[in-house]
Amino acid sequence: MTPSISVQPGSVRATRMPRRWWTFALVAPLLLFLLASFIVPVLMMLSRAVTDHELADSWPKSAAALSRWDGEGLPDDALARTVAAEMLATRQAGTLNRVANRLNYDVVGSRTLLYLTADRMAAGAPGNSLADLVRIDPRWANRTYWSAMRHAAGPLTSYYLLASLDRRIDADGNIAAVSREQAVFVDIFLRTFKISLVVALLCTMLGYPVAYLLASLPERRANPLLILVLLPFWTSALVRTTAWVVLLQTNGVVNGLLEQAGLIDAPLQLIYNRLGVYIAMTHVLLPFFILPLYGVMKGIEPSAMRAASSLGATPLTAFLKVYLPQTMPGVAAGAIIVFTLALGYYITPALVGGGADQMISGSIAFYTNQSLNWGMAAALSLLLLIPLLLMVFAGRTMARTVPA
Amino acid sequence: MASAPQPLVEFRGVEKRYGGGTRPAVAGLDLTVAKGEFLTLLGPSGSGKTTTLMMLAGFETPTAGDIMLDGRSLAKQPPHKRNMGVVFQNYALFPHMSVSQNLAFPLSVRGMRTQDIAARVDEALALVRLDGLGHRRLDALSGGQRQRVALARALIFEPDLVLMDEPLGALDRQLREKLQAEIKRIQRALGLTIVYVTHDQSEALTLSDRIVVFADGAVQQIGSPQSIYEHPANAFVAGFVGENNGLAGTVTARDGDVCEVRLDGGEAIRATAIGNIAPGARVVTTIRPEHVGMDNGIDSYCNRLDARVDELVYHGDHSRIRATLPGGATLTICAPRGRGIEPAEALPIGWCADRCFAFPADDWVEDPLGDAQ
Repeated sequence: MTPSISVQPGSVRATRMPRRWWTFALVAPLLLFLLASFIVPVLMMLSRAVTDHELADSWPKSAAALSRWDGEGLPDDALARTVAAEMLATRQAGTLNRVANRLNYDVVGSRTLLYLTADRMAAGAPGNSLADLVRIDPRWANRTYWSAMRHAAGPLTSYYLLASLDRRIDADGNIAAVSREQAVFVDIFLRTFKISLVVALLCTMLGYPVAYLLASLPERRANPLLILVLLPFWTSALVRTTAWVVLLQTNGVVNGLLEQAGLIDAPLQLIYNRLGVYIAMTHVLLPFFILPLYGVMKGIEPSAMRAASSLGATPLTAFLKVYLPQTMPGVAAGAIIVFTLALGYYITPALVGGGADQMISGSIAFYTNQSLNWGMAAALSLLLLIPLLLMVFAGRTMARTVPA
Repeated sequence: MASAPQPLVEFRGVEKRYGGGTRPAVAGLDLTVAKGEFLTLLGPSGSGKTTTLMMLAGFETPTAGDIMLDGRSLAKQPPHKRNMGVVFQNYALFPHMSVSQNLAFPLSVRGMRTQDIAARVDEALALVRLDGLGHRRLDALSGGQRQRVALARALIFEPDLVLMDEPLGALDRQLREKLQAEIKRIQRALGLTIVYVTHDQSEALTLSDRIVVFADGAVQQIGSPQSIYEHPANAFVAGFVGENNGLAGTVTARDGDVCEVRLDGGEAIRATAIGNIAPGARVVTTIRPEHVGMDNGIDSYCNRLDARVDELVYHGDHSRIRATLPGGATLTICAPRGRGIEPAEALPIGWCADRCFAFPADDWVEDPLGDAQ
């Protein structure tokens, strides 16, 4: 045998492959952990926004029959009989609650209608035809209830997503606006975006000079200031927000000082309104703007500014044409981080805002924790997630086109 | 060099102290720069040469004295009104702009029309031989190309004066030499006045019309490259500019410019006395490697010694002999071509007193750039 020193391409690939598997094996535990504890639960939760299974689980025969019904006019007696039978059976088994709640989301009053009808049938009233049901309660002659049941038959539904946008499918199958007193989510969404945008702008205006100061100071003097910037990070959100309550309330520190200085006669309303939300959220989120910008500013060569002035640029021109453009990736990164974080805030608005300052995450929390309508919670979350992903994508694109 | 140069810049008793520092960074600086001149500020780091350049550019303010440009004081002139092109060591290009945008910057801040700018940018690119690279981003350029862009940007607005702060310091040697020639060519072609800062003495000797040697914030010598090299004013200049052997000794007698020195190893030699040295003074005598003769070449020299060869150091285009004198002092000698040199060989060497200078010993620095880099 003669030893060969020539390297076969195949053998190189053969030695590389196991190494690639090794690197994958090293991150696999984390990947599996994330998959099991984060990605899968989030997807399962979000899937509730478009799936509907309460009626199909409790009333399987009715669900099948409702799916076959074309939705025109009123249902035939066979469908009415199937629904009536399962209504009675679930009432007696004590599980009518699930269907009743689900239908009540869509058409208010469905819940009492179902319970009343089931109880009357349990007491002996016949439920063999549509006419029998109408005799129990004339509302069964109203197509709205039957359409709502048909739409809830699953397995997929547009109900939650439409409801999150203050829309519903009416009895004729068209998308229509809900009544004005029920229409809240579009307003809350718009308010959420507006508050987040204002907070991001405030952070930009307040944070840029601070980041500039930090970046231009020598390290020895910048570090203590950096700790002051980071201080809000290390305080719990509740403590920070409560501190603002103490400072800004009607008889609080700020009003006291202003009155003593003779600047105002009566205390200003600084909290439990939009102003309080802006102040508290800007304070909490400011470090998220300053830190990325500080990093970018630290990387800018100070000699570039000297070069600009030697080339004839006034300090203002040098700043606008040489310094500012180089800091834009940091400004964009910071503003996007602040904006996306602000979109998800609800504790701070709940504590320092008024009724008209609540944000969409508050509604999501309400549906998740209190009314247990996870379909609505998931639909609202999904709608909030879309602009968030767009922002992240925009940030990535910007970072790619402007080198830091 | 212009025969009757107009003084363009004048430093008058300029001093710079930094807050808290007891020793001034620059002290008592009097200096003129003539129009069309290539003046180099040469010195080790911390010698005040860059501070001097930055005061001229307006980035530092003198704590005393005044700097005049064309007879007018610069004291109240901010950097952007001085009309001086500055080339920085790290290029200081604008990374968010293309090559052309970098070059257009000084023109656009002066309000020039867009089509005129485009023509000037093309001219400037041709001047530094970067034709056709205007659209490039800076990160697509090599170090040498970036330095050319920086150079073109400092020249494009036709400044009264071009300042260069170690512009070639970041480049490797071959590229550095190529760009030195380029800078010299452009300076001659455009008749530029350049004030150039470097710690590289060979760069200073190659490029300059005049050299100002700095040490410890003070000017050591001002003169043409030849006079700096051939007639150093003190031991610092002798040791810093070019290669030199320093032999410590004591003056035994002095007759006009010529003195007798007894080296610490016991050898007696004759040297040209520089400055105020009397018999009994401690001195360093300097002799450059190329001025040491050997064999029959030394017959006419007044200093003749028997050295022993330690080693032959090969440099490619030339060789150096490291040799030891009988008293133990070592020195470096230029090896003549075609003569074989063997280690431990006895070597008769000699030099003439005109080429050998005796300086007061206290300014001698054995390794002037020791911690400069």
